[in-house]
Amino acid sequence: MSHGASPLTTDTPRRLQPVLVAVLVWLLGFCGGCEVASKPDLAIINGAEPESLDPALITAQPDTRLVLAMFAGLTRNDPKTGAAIPDLASSWDISPDSKTYIFHLRPKLRWSTGGPLTSADVVYSWRRVLDPITAATYAGQLLFLKGAEAFNGGKNRDPSSLGVKALDKQTLQVDLVNPTPFFLELCASQIYCVVPAHAIEKYGDRWIKQQPVPVSGAYQLEFWRINDKIRFRRNPNYWDAANTRNELVDVYPIGSDKAALNLYEAGQIDIVWDKELVPSELVDLLLQRPDFHRFDYLGTYFIRLNVTRKPLDDPRVRQALALVIDKKRLVEKITRGGERPASNMTPAGIPHYTPPTGLGYDPVRARRLLAEAGYPGGHGFPVFHYLYNAAAGGGAKTHEKIGVELKEMWRQELGLTVELQRMESKIYWATMDALDYETCRSSWVGDYNDPNTFLDLFMSNNGNNRTGWKNPRYDALMNRANSERNVEARMTLLRQAEKLLVEDEMPVVPLFFYAGINYFDERKITGIYNNVLDVHPLNAIAKLAGRPAGRVTAMSAPTLPKPAALP
Amino acid sequence: MYFLKRTLLIFPILLLISFISFSLVRLAPGGPFDGERKTSPEIERNLRAKYHLDESFPQQYLRYLGGLLHGDLGPSLKYRNHTVNDVIRQALPVSMTLGFLAFLFAWGTGVPLGFISAVYRGRWPDHLGNLIALLAVCVPGFVVGPILLMVFAVHWHLFPVALWDSPSHAVLPTVALGLYFAGKIARLTREGVSNVLPSEFIKAARAKGLSDFSLLVRHVLPLAILPVVSYSGPMLADLLTGSFVVENIFQIPGIGVFMVNSSINLDYPMITGLVLLYAALLLALNLMVDALGAWLDPRIRYE
Repeated sequence: MSHGASPLTTDTPRRLQPVLVAVLVWLLGFCGGCEVASKPDLAIINGAEPESLDPALITAQPDTRLVLAMFAGLTRNDPKTGAAIPDLASSWDISPDSKTYIFHLRPKLRWSTGGPLTSADVVYSWRRVLDPITAATYAGQLLFLKGAEAFNGGKNRDPSSLGVKALDKQTLQVDLVNPTPFFLELCASQIYCVVPAHAIEKYGDRWIKQQPVPVSGAYQLEFWRINDKIRFRRNPNYWDAANTRNELVDVYPIGSDKAALNLYEAGQIDIVWDKELVPSELVDLLLQRPDFHRFDYLGTYFIRLNVTRKPLDDPRVRQALALVIDKKRLVEKITRGGERPASNMTPAGIPHYTPPTGLGYDPVRARRLLAEAGYPGGHGFPVFHYLYNAAAGGGAKTHEKIGVELKEMWRQELGLTVELQRMESKIYWATMDALDYETCRSSWVGDYNDPNTFLDLFMSNNGNNRTGWKNPRYDALMNRANSERNVEARMTLLRQAEKLLVEDEMPVVPLFFYAGINYFDERKITGIYNNVLDVHPLNAIAKLAGRPAGRVTAMSAPTLPKPAALP
Repeated sequence: MYFLKRTLLIFPILLLISFISFSLVRLAPGGPFDGERKTSPEIERNLRAKYHLDESFPQQYLRYLGGLLHGDLGPSLKYRNHTVNDVIRQALPVSMTLGFLAFLFAWGTGVPLGFISAVYRGRWPDHLGNLIALLAVCVPGFVVGPILLMVFAVHWHLFPVALWDSPSHAVLPTVALGLYFAGKIARLTREGVSNVLPSEFIKAARAKGLSDFSLLVRHVLPLAILPVVSYSGPMLADLLTGSFVVENIFQIPGIGVFMVNSSINLDYPMITGLVLLYAALLLALNLMVDALGAWLDPRIRYE
């Protein structure tokens, strides 16, 4: 009768003993694994886990900051201004037609693992980016080289057809399609960095995970733990290693703004340098603190209008939509991070360039234009959609809030009915590509400090156009500008093109220019300067207090080599 | 014999799951290489060729199965230096450790709570226990996590605010993750004990003069926790494969964030690989739990 008399009641504890022992061993193993970590000289939160640390593969801006710590190019960014200054190349000569560059590498350059770094390595690195086998997403940044387009598209398989040749171990000749005034700056970007041929040929895609990774830049990769920590150690073989100001730097791949702020406030982190890592609910309050730094940045938030859909094919309709948007309200009420209202595409701060003023805010004119287009008071205007993407992580609903504001502005001022349409990011991009939308939220971040990085998007054949807008006059102006050698004349042509884009034709409606934000205590950290490219070379950054004893504390700003005079 | 059959059945089930998830992810709109910056058609073609996405569907699936036979879940399309195996190797042990701690926490708090509730059925400790269990079940992790964080880390500085380093880093995430399950277990235990208490053998044992305490611990508890044991299988599978919410709040380098983000990123091999991992764990743990149940309770006999 009594089930309770079965062995289980008395035996269970003994039977469970091995299980308990196993559990204890596991837990002890976990605690044993908690290493006593050596303290870094600098701890930085960079943004979400990098997609890769391979210069040819990365696409996200936070990832470039890590890659540029490890790999060097012919030039690098000045920490203060972001302008290109000599790195692996000590000087260069430019031909009179500005299409041929001769780079002179520094003597005795070496990889971190030993072995000479020569011009053949540069040729290999650039070829690798363009090689279809590498499948580099950003290969487009190298299409300024002669023969690059055919080689990358697989139409010409001969690598010697490319406009980059090693004349001898220290001399490199580069031939470009057009005079490209921003080419030296491109040479400082991650995609032009010099990577180790030997390791890549040996290990293939996994080369960056085989210790030690041979690097050309200021820091070696000590370890890379997914979503946990990346540790850099100073590369003693870097030509400028004497000016690398930290031995050990820890980078935390953290994508959550709240966790980043908490860790910073707890004193565990010295620098947080991504505007995505400022909790959007608190941004206006935090910006009042002295350790939060806001700066202008090469990024624009705008709306794409699909000009292949009626009635958006009428420029007057597009202008009307733009004229009733109160951009000041958007940046003051919604984004609140120090963004500036925009009426044109190219942010301020690009040397030699004065952008056109754009259309501004004028509801009266908007209503008149809409009436001229055949929709007085919005009558007869079809219901249309405003498409936006669910932001990754889903925390800040900025895109949605902006959509709600736009909907209201268009309804109130023009009597139009807009439906908001939210999509997952991947689907949103595919929808935009297929021109399967009416209006949609967009943004663009410049790759180099020149109007071309914003304006060439809207050329007829550019894959990033995504509006269906094709304008032969625009294309002609852009092509003329890009073969023009005179800076003034070139900028004038670019300005005419942009005027056509944001005043007459309006396939896009600029809303605001992004502001960059980073946070660190200026009394403790030196060597970070805010520039429009948001580049902060790691080797120039130093911690003033709290450094381990016995090491020299550098108080003065690093002396960086002056750029070579252009002939 | 029965368990051998069930073990063998795991493989065709996994095969079926691999086929379903492999095809479903490819039906989703958008593609893994769609991004803010449009890749040129040539580069997109290069990318597709590199990852064999230009092949026909059956070819791709056979290639995938070929990899599976060697234990290779394929490359990640988002994290291009890592394979799915790399990610699992690094992130799964972290999630498993945290999950197991949460499992112990859930058992360690849930069983006593439910037990006390049942013994004092209808009196105030029961009402209090029920309330606690109800709250634990109802308040989701994304509320509990930040509250724990605010109170114990930000305000009182008792525990670290985030990251995964020393044992003290594990405390808050363990509680945040385990609380829901503790509530569930408390309710299951209470039910279990309430069902066993009126049994005849309990009356008999009491009539034999056993003390209340040894009666409850030695005779009631082992039978009363059987529902908890069978619930532990799926619960453990859930816990061991990580939690997106808790890992995100406390910045824990586990597998849970990959489970969610891989779908957002349309990282085909990663989605399929992690679905398979979860399925395999769930199947294996359910089997283990059934075996454990049969071993704990001689009344349970399969076949």
